[in-house]
Amino acid sequence: MIKFDHTTKRYPGSPGGSPALADVSFEVNPGELVLVKGHSGAGKSTLLKLIAAIERPTSGAVLVNGQNVGALKANAIPYLRRNLGLVFQDQKLLFDRSVLENVLLPLSIAGFAPREATRRARAALDKVGLLEREKAMPVALSGGEQQRLSIARAVVNRPNLLLVDEPTAHLDAETARQVADIFLDFHRVGVTVFIATYDDTNFATAPSRKLTLSQGRLQ
Amino acid sequence: MNVWLSHHFTALSLALRRLTSAPVNTLLSLLAMGIALALPAGGQMLFANAQQLANRSAPAARISLYLPVEAERKAATDLETKFKAMPGVKSWQFMSKEDTLARMKKAEGLGDVIDALPKNPFPDAYVLTPKDESPEAVEALAAQLRKLPRVEHVQLDSAWVRRLDALLRLGRSSLFILAGLLGVGLIAITFNTIRLQVLTLRAEIEVSRLLGATDAFIRRPFYWFGALQGLGGGIVAWFIVALATLGLAKPIGEIAQLYSLGFALQPLSLGNSLILLGAATVLGWGGAALSLVQHLKET
Repeated sequence: MIKFDHTTKRYPGSPGGSPALADVSFEVNPGELVLVKGHSGAGKSTLLKLIAAIERPTSGAVLVNGQNVGALKANAIPYLRRNLGLVFQDQKLLFDRSVLENVLLPLSIAGFAPREATRRARAALDKVGLLEREKAMPVALSGGEQQRLSIARAVVNRPNLLLVDEPTAHLDAETARQVADIFLDFHRVGVTVFIATYDDTNFATAPSRKLTLSQGRLQ
Repeated sequence: MNVWLSHHFTALSLALRRLTSAPVNTLLSLLAMGIALALPAGGQMLFANAQQLANRSAPAARISLYLPVEAERKAATDLETKFKAMPGVKSWQFMSKEDTLARMKKAEGLGDVIDALPKNPFPDAYVLTPKDESPEAVEALAAQLRKLPRVEHVQLDSAWVRRLDALLRLGRSSLFILAGLLGVGLIAITFNTIRLQVLTLRAEIEVSRLLGATDAFIRRPFYWFGALQGLGGGIVAWFIVALATLGLAKPIGEIAQLYSLGFALQPLSLGNSLILLGAATVLGWGGAALSLVQHLKET
């Protein structure tokens, strides 16, 4: 389902320095839980960004469902992303929109009718335990709640691939465990989940594939 | 179709929300646009009135032909046979010097003056109606008449109307130039407000892209914003012109009465109002489109 084939990514700013990802090759089957591990700067985020076509590989290929996303035309990228759920390290919530409106955004982008969209958004909020806060503004939410909101937004489209960047980094142990359990739930129902994390103790309960990066190379 | 409609509906409501979320900014933009548009729109209103006045006061194309004062009646009857031979002349009316004298004596204030004159100062005259009333044909006929013997003076009664027409044409051209310049100004205003919007909404644009928004999806609310703002500016301009019409109606009515012209200042016509609102909307949309081409790449 996802295949990296001798993929190298070098950012424009550092032509002489070491690449963010160097000659990475692996293959992941549908429904797998993938833990991308490594220190800060090892290339975890870059790996996820290449799958979502946020960045393009300098060389090599990135295949998602047989499609080389590194070579996608700009006008095809939106349709790729609609089948992905993205949870960002910095969450990227819209602070001038309510909790419900934040979750409605991907549905509105995909062209859902308002009634159906609202129904789905509430279901997603219910899943992460935020249904009672749907009218709140994100700024009124705690760190854990904001993280759960960004998860609700990522899964509301019912993607079959979830890309998650450092989901538990800024959370206390208890909240981190709750957030991790949400991802494990999605994994159990057959969603392919990529989680980039420094600390994978919360995900130890499920069988997982581990990709460990060090200075851009797969160990 | 439904998806398309719902996309536009969403974009429209988003644009409305953005417009109302910064009411002072919106109001100032609308005022700036309204004033810019009110100048050509008000000009058009005055122009339409002037044209109406010109049309109403325009006499049919007539030619007045005067004989020398000392000419005897025989010269006049000679002329009539010449008129008959001219294909351009439709009809004519003879005005004898005696009739003219009698008519002028009746005129207010002139009776005493004319009585004091030693002899009749008026010549015999003809008023001719040409077959073809186009200015060129009338001009040609007048030239022909000037060549006839015993003709002292030939006068085109339509000359001042043509001068007024020329003036109005000049006015219309100036109006077009003014409208063009201020239209560019309006595009510039929209260009700048959309630029600021794009900067403010940078986060939203970025997130939408990451969630799979197409360029069209991101642009749509900005187009609506520009178009709505333009339309709003047009409405403000319409009210400015309407208020000016109301304010000017009385003084202009008084002047018209002094010149005994049955004339009242008309407000902007329905057609012109629609053109004003339509043009304002299209210009706002255009300004937004230009701005997006320029600024969406930077985000």
